[in-house]
Amino acid sequence: MTNLALVPESEGGLPPGRLPVASGSDITVRVAGVSKAYGDSRDAVLALDGIDLAVARGEFVCLLGASGCGKSTLLNLVAGLDRAGLGSVEVHGRTGLMFQEAALFPWLTVHKNVELALRLAGVPKRERNERVLQLLDLVHLSAFATKRPHELSGGMRQRVALARTLAQQADVLLMDEPFGALDAMTRDLLHEELERLWLERHFTVLFVTHNVREAVRLGDRVVLLTSRPGRVADTYPIDITRPRRIDSPDVATLAATITDRLREEVARHGR
Amino acid sequence: MAADRALLERELAGLDALAAALPTKKSLGRRTWDAVWPPAAAAALFLAFWQIVVYTHWRPETVLPSPFTVLDSLKGNLGTLTQASGRTLLRGAKGFAVSIVIGTIVGLAAASSKIVRTAIGSMVTGLQTMPSVAWTPLAIVLFQAGGGDAAKTESAILFVVVLGAAPSVANGLLDGIDNIPPLLLRAGRSLGARGLVSLRHVIMPAALPTFISGLKQAWAFAWRALMGAELIVFSIGTVSLGQQLEASRQLPDFPGLYADMIAVFLVGVVIDKLIFAKIDKTIRRRYGLIDTATS
Ligand SMILES: Nc1ncnc2c1ncn2[C@@H]1O[C@H](COP(=O)(O)OP(=O)(O)OP(=O)(O)O)[C@@H](O)[C@H]1O
Ligand SMILES: [Mg+2]
Repeated sequence: MTNLALVPESEGGLPPGRLPVASGSDITVRVAGVSKAYGDSRDAVLALDGIDLAVARGEFVCLLGASGCGKSTLLNLVAGLDRAGLGSVEVHGRTGLMFQEAALFPWLTVHKNVELALRLAGVPKRERNERVLQLLDLVHLSAFATKRPHELSGGMRQRVALARTLAQQADVLLMDEPFGALDAMTRDLLHEELERLWLERHFTVLFVTHNVREAVRLGDRVVLLTSRPGRVADTYPIDITRPRRIDSPDVATLAATITDRLREEVARHGR
Repeated sequence: MAADRALLERELAGLDALAAALPTKKSLGRRTWDAVWPPAAAAALFLAFWQIVVYTHWRPETVLPSPFTVLDSLKGNLGTLTQASGRTLLRGAKGFAVSIVIGTIVGLAAASSKIVRTAIGSMVTGLQTMPSVAWTPLAIVLFQAGGGDAAKTESAILFVVVLGAAPSVANGLLDGIDNIPPLLLRAGRSLGARGLVSLRHVIMPAALPTFISGLKQAWAFAWRALMGAELIVFSIGTVSLGQQLEASRQLPDFPGLYADMIAVFLVGVVIDKLIFAKIDKTIRRRYGLIDTATS
């Protein structure tokens, strides 16, 4: 396996033991009392309503919640692409957002898409090519470097988007259903790669998914959101030791508990 | 474990190969044939129709000669017509280049500032609807181009061509920028592209297909403006297509007039098909805007 050192090891990062939950001073992302409504005042949709969330530096937090509960909205706010109506969003460090849709530039090849992210992140020209090759290798798409996004399958596009997001060398990785379009095999492989990079590079992750097992497989903490308006319903610290497997009994048991709670939350809307 | 991994990666490569698009290609000969025969057939039909109309003696043969007479005249005048086309195309190219520069600047200004946009937006559209030949008398007055002086003639014609073409360039660019999918703009912003960097790496490339359509339209307008202007503004010692048309009428050399018309038509078609349609298609294909199943 390739062993990557994509960034010079930033000293002072957390050891692989890392923090179990957000606590105290070393907070990278703090969302406090944030509300966000879309549309004009009369028929506005309240996407988020007084949401509070604190993510510690180096923490891997997974967000779960029914479709339309405001997860993408929350990531957009943290990424600074939208303004909150009320409350405050505080982020220490640079964010890199991986959109729910791949959002690649159709006029650039796979290689150039990743390279542009490096270029905009200020990586000098002579280093870029090698980095791109490493990143494409990481998502197992080296053979497709010269293709354009429309020539790839949906899952492959997501992997290019992942490479592009990693290229930004962000301190906080915001990932919106990054593996939603992948087959199980590829997904498992990328779980490993992502986890390995995270252990190596000590970035912070805010990871949105609909797959409860995936959340339990990856997260230090799983945060469950309510729907319309979105609020934090519950938080589950995940104490299962790493490396975890998505099909291990520990993961399955906890995932079942969280799924029940999620069902309850969704059912509340049926009534 | 390592063996598992290798197997997994091989399987993955297999999956990706399956997922990637399969390229299909027709041979060059076949593609040329496919591109050539429909217009050739249409041209043959048209010539046949023309000959039939001549047979009916709808108009005397002096003013409506048979296509064969005209083709003879075309052959005889080939030298002059080539020279005239060269001059006209040079004027067209110059006017088009100036239009691109001016249109791009105006389009960018309108796209980046609401004030500029409301100030000149409707004016640009208004200019676009204005028949550009209508500018010719003014151009003659402004550049004092009535006397047959070559430099003054060139300026007057350039003026008319630019007024005809630049609005389409500006509108094409503005349209292209307005229709960029917001997701791409967000992606650019999240990658840290701002201001000029965003313009260079996100906005301009994203607007390119529509911009190219605008250029294509601008060329059509430039070509029309050019013909109109050349009919009216002359200079001594130069030949151009428009001037040639007017000269054939005045002589009179009616087969020559038809030959000139054919030259005007052919030059227009060749430029449009060989240059603009090609660029347009290449860009659209590259951007994934063409359904590969039908092209
Ligand atoms: N640009 C927008 N304009 C108007 N309403 C919006 C907009 N974006 C989102 N919404 C609304 O805000 C709510 C939250 O949307 P959001 O995309 O954040 O949901 P989500 O949790 O990411 O859903 P999913 O899991 O399906 O991706 C939805 O009700 C949606 O209709
Ligand atoms: Mg979403």
